[in-house]
Amino acid sequence: MAQHKINYLSEGGLPVALTTVDKLVQWGRSNSLWPMTYGLACCAIEMMATGASRYDFDRFGTIFRASPRQSDVLIIAGTLTKKHSPFMRRLYDQMSEPKWVISMGSCANTGGMFNTYATVQGADRIIPVDIYLPGCAPRPESLQYALMLLQKKVRTQSCSNKLKPKRLV
Amino acid sequence: MREYSDKKNRQAKAYYSDRFYLSPQVPKEKVDTDNIFLKDIKSLESLFVIKEAYIQKGQLVVYISAKDNLKVMKFLKNKLKYNFLSDISAVDWLAKSGEFEIFYQMLSTSKRKRMRVKFFIKEKEEIKSVTSIYKSADWAEREMYDMFGVRITGHHFMKRILMPDDWHDHPLRKTYPLIGDEEAQWYEIDKIFGREYRDVIGPEERDCAKIVEKDTHRFARIKHEVPFGTKYSSEETQTEYQEEGGIPIVRKLKKSDVKILKERP
Repeated sequence: MAQHKINYLSEGGLPVALTTVDKLVQWGRSNSLWPMTYGLACCAIEMMATGASRYDFDRFGTIFRASPRQSDVLIIAGTLTKKHSPFMRRLYDQMSEPKWVISMGSCANTGGMFNTYATVQGADRIIPVDIYLPGCAPRPESLQYALMLLQKKVRTQSCSNKLKPKRLV
Repeated sequence: MREYSDKKNRQAKAYYSDRFYLSPQVPKEKVDTDNIFLKDIKSLESLFVIKEAYIQKGQLVVYISAKDNLKVMKFLKNKLKYNFLSDISAVDWLAKSGEFEIFYQMLSTSKRKRMRVKFFIKEKEEIKSVTSIYKSADWAEREMYDMFGVRITGHHFMKRILMPDDWHDHPLRKTYPLIGDEEAQWYEIDKIFGREYRDVIGPEERDCAKIVEKDTHRFARIKHEVPFGTKYSSEETQTEYQEEGGIPIVRKLKKSDVKILKERP
């Protein structure tokens, strides 16, 4: 607390920051994006590396959670097989709103090199995806960048819970 | 050029006959070149029907009849000391003769010998499980059923091992297309959203080199580049350097301005 008298109206302005509720809430949300501990294939190794001390996801406020009920972000890290696809959809449905999805790596984006009978040709056939991250496997830096882009996206969104459904089910 | 073949009904037709090169056979030797195998085959012949036997790459190959498989395996384990069953699988000869070739790959650690027991079965013929003799046959037989649709009796848990339980058809058959039949291609949509949702999602994009020229969000056609997201134009973009209206930092090199130094300053 300043001991001397300050005229806020003339010197340095008022100690008041004006913003909107949307911006404040989304700022908070964007800095605590909790992804789910959920790896499918080799991309999961890169995801683990990103979470570990060298690349350190924690400084973004990103802490991996072991339950879909507690997470905001689903990182599809790896090849999504057709056998696994119902479980993936179920986990996505179990996450509470608001929720976002990062599709990590070629396999999750398009099926990648697995142009076969057993692989889902793009995870966006099953769940809506916010960020598509290319690479095979993407380096931890790329995943960090994807998360930063997602933060950017979150900050532009409205905080209202009357969000339009992304896709009719 | 490859011979034209009708691709409309590919699922019903085996395509290895004209597409796959048949490699030359590995040379076969007679059984009497190896004393241990000769003894084995003589004791086998005294009890079972042996259709053919030879040595290939130092391994004994024996063709038996399908009905004997359980007895032969029991005999091999208890009497001939083939104590280890490495693998079981099948070869699809359905297009050629309507048969599966089943093989059991065996190893004897005491004799240091490997052998292979083979037999043919018809497509819908059932074979007996050998899990009662070799525990390692458990998953191998399940996989054989899953991938080829070979029916096995006497197995305690005959269920698909790799594919989901409600999967249609057996993927390792030669008639099964690599990208899957119709059931496989819509599998996840049918299961998660229901069959009516097929129209909403649309078919899978299987062409990994697909290019949409007019989509300027995702593609930039070489020599026809336009700014991101703007309308596609078929006119060629100027790629050569222009002095007027070009990048201000870059200047065109004029020969008259060039000064050649004789010594390094």
